[in-house]
Amino acid sequence: MSQASVPAPQSPAPPQSASPVVDLRGVSIAFDGPPVLEDISFSVAPAETRILLGPAGVGKSVLLKLIIGLLPPQAGAIHLFGEDITHLPEEKQFPLRSRAGMVFQEGALFDSLTVRDNVAYQLIQERVPDEEIDSRVHEALRFVGLEETFEMYPVSLSGGMRRRVAIARALIHDPELILYDSPTGGLDPVTSTTIIELIVKQRDVHSTPALLVTHRLQDAFTMCTHRFDRDQNQMVPLPDGQINLNTTFLMLEAGRLILDGSLHELLHSSNNEVREFLE
Amino acid sequence: MATISIDRTAKQMVLAVQEYSLFAWQAMRNLFRPPIYWTDFLMQSDVIGVGSLPIVILSGFFTGGVLALQSAATLSEFGATAVTGQFVGLTMIRELGPVLTGIMVAGRNASSMASELGSMVVTEQIDAMRALGVDPIRKLVTPRIFSSIAMLLLLTIVSDAFGIVGGAAVTVLISHQNGTQYFNSAYEHLLFSDIIQGMVKPLFFGYLLGSIGCFYGMRTTGGTEGVGRSTISAVVTSSVLIIAVDFLITHVLLSIFPT
Repeated sequence: MSQASVPAPQSPAPPQSASPVVDLRGVSIAFDGPPVLEDISFSVAPAETRILLGPAGVGKSVLLKLIIGLLPPQAGAIHLFGEDITHLPEEKQFPLRSRAGMVFQEGALFDSLTVRDNVAYQLIQERVPDEEIDSRVHEALRFVGLEETFEMYPVSLSGGMRRRVAIARALIHDPELILYDSPTGGLDPVTSTTIIELIVKQRDVHSTPALLVTHRLQDAFTMCTHRFDRDQNQMVPLPDGQINLNTTFLMLEAGRLILDGSLHELLHSSNNEVREFLE
Repeated sequence: MATISIDRTAKQMVLAVQEYSLFAWQAMRNLFRPPIYWTDFLMQSDVIGVGSLPIVILSGFFTGGVLALQSAATLSEFGATAVTGQFVGLTMIRELGPVLTGIMVAGRNASSMASELGSMVVTEQIDAMRALGVDPIRKLVTPRIFSSIAMLLLLTIVSDAFGIVGGAAVTVLISHQNGTQYFNSAYEHLLFSDIIQGMVKPLFFGYLLGSIGCFYGMRTTGGTEGVGRSTISAVVTSSVLIIAVDFLITHVLLSIFPT
């Protein structure tokens, strides 16, 4: 996208007063070598969708794992739902994690379980009655357009279908935050658009705050320039010149955060690395 | 340069022992704190116990047979073939039953645990489980370790029984001795302390093979190649440790129950 086509922000800005769902302050981590992430600070506000951009291997997935407590930071502080999880024992993090949903890069579905049991995994652990589980799984699968896969095993699904089942698994519990780790990586354009449409649908229908990791600019721009139309039950472009101001950007480069701002700021950034990435 | 390398290797070994100790302690502690995944415990008991039954029966039977064959030749020189039953019975119950069963079950199940959990690690299924608010140690590791302990105890009893039957088959069919005399000799010389020795060992071996299989699986890195490495390490380490721990336990038990 060239700068000439940059739409001016016209949509209403999101409320900034509420306390952030995720808040990172000076977070750093290294694995037997130079830091993978260094001094990262940003937050995710309620109803906000943040798109984390950056080339492959800069630590985007590591950042998501830090946010949900799967990795401990070596410096800095991480707050999830207002609670400091930096030094919280893993046992005490489980209730917090169950309030969030995460979609992993390749889906990370449990091979030995059916789609029904994968999607209902959390509900099964909570001993929810079978009838309620079936009904909620059907509803979640209907949301991602895969109701027919109810009794199938992950091995018989395509890559795109696995990601959609993973999205259904992340959404079944009505999460208060969703983390998407490269949900369209390695997929064909048509399937990628289907996945992005689901993410936009969740954003616009349920206003769930989210952090989406991607290195595909077209996905990021689609999310900014489209909305989900409930009447047509599909994603439609926003009117000319409008963008979704609830969707903002972060960019990582060599383990450091080099951009934290709106689409407008992304496209007008004077940072050479940002400009290089956009070109 | 060589000194640095030795230093690093030594530190890595100490770190691995520390990690294993913490891991094993965490898995052990989970057994006494809810939630306990009884369904997973029963499923693993089926996989480890029923699944290992054929190899344990066969190895026990033929080991007993070989013991009877080897001993018959030696004992006949002293005119003591009547004690073949005692020899086979005591050897199987006190030593070979627990150790052979431990090694056979380690070969089958420690490898299976390491490769299954290792595959789950490299495909991010373990991370997904943690992200869904479920403790993988509690859900996957604890049931496997305690199924291994319970099943190894039962499998050892089966192995002992089939070992004695294998010895009887050789004694009667090949050495043409009296079967009743064989069983009488095996039974009459069996003491409570022998049974205790034979039953204590599988408890330790089961814990070792289960915890080591799961430990290597859970710390797998490096994709599918890493899964292969974990599987090999799990089998080798658990087999060697079973033999080494057998020596220590035997030493302790013999000091408690002197022959």
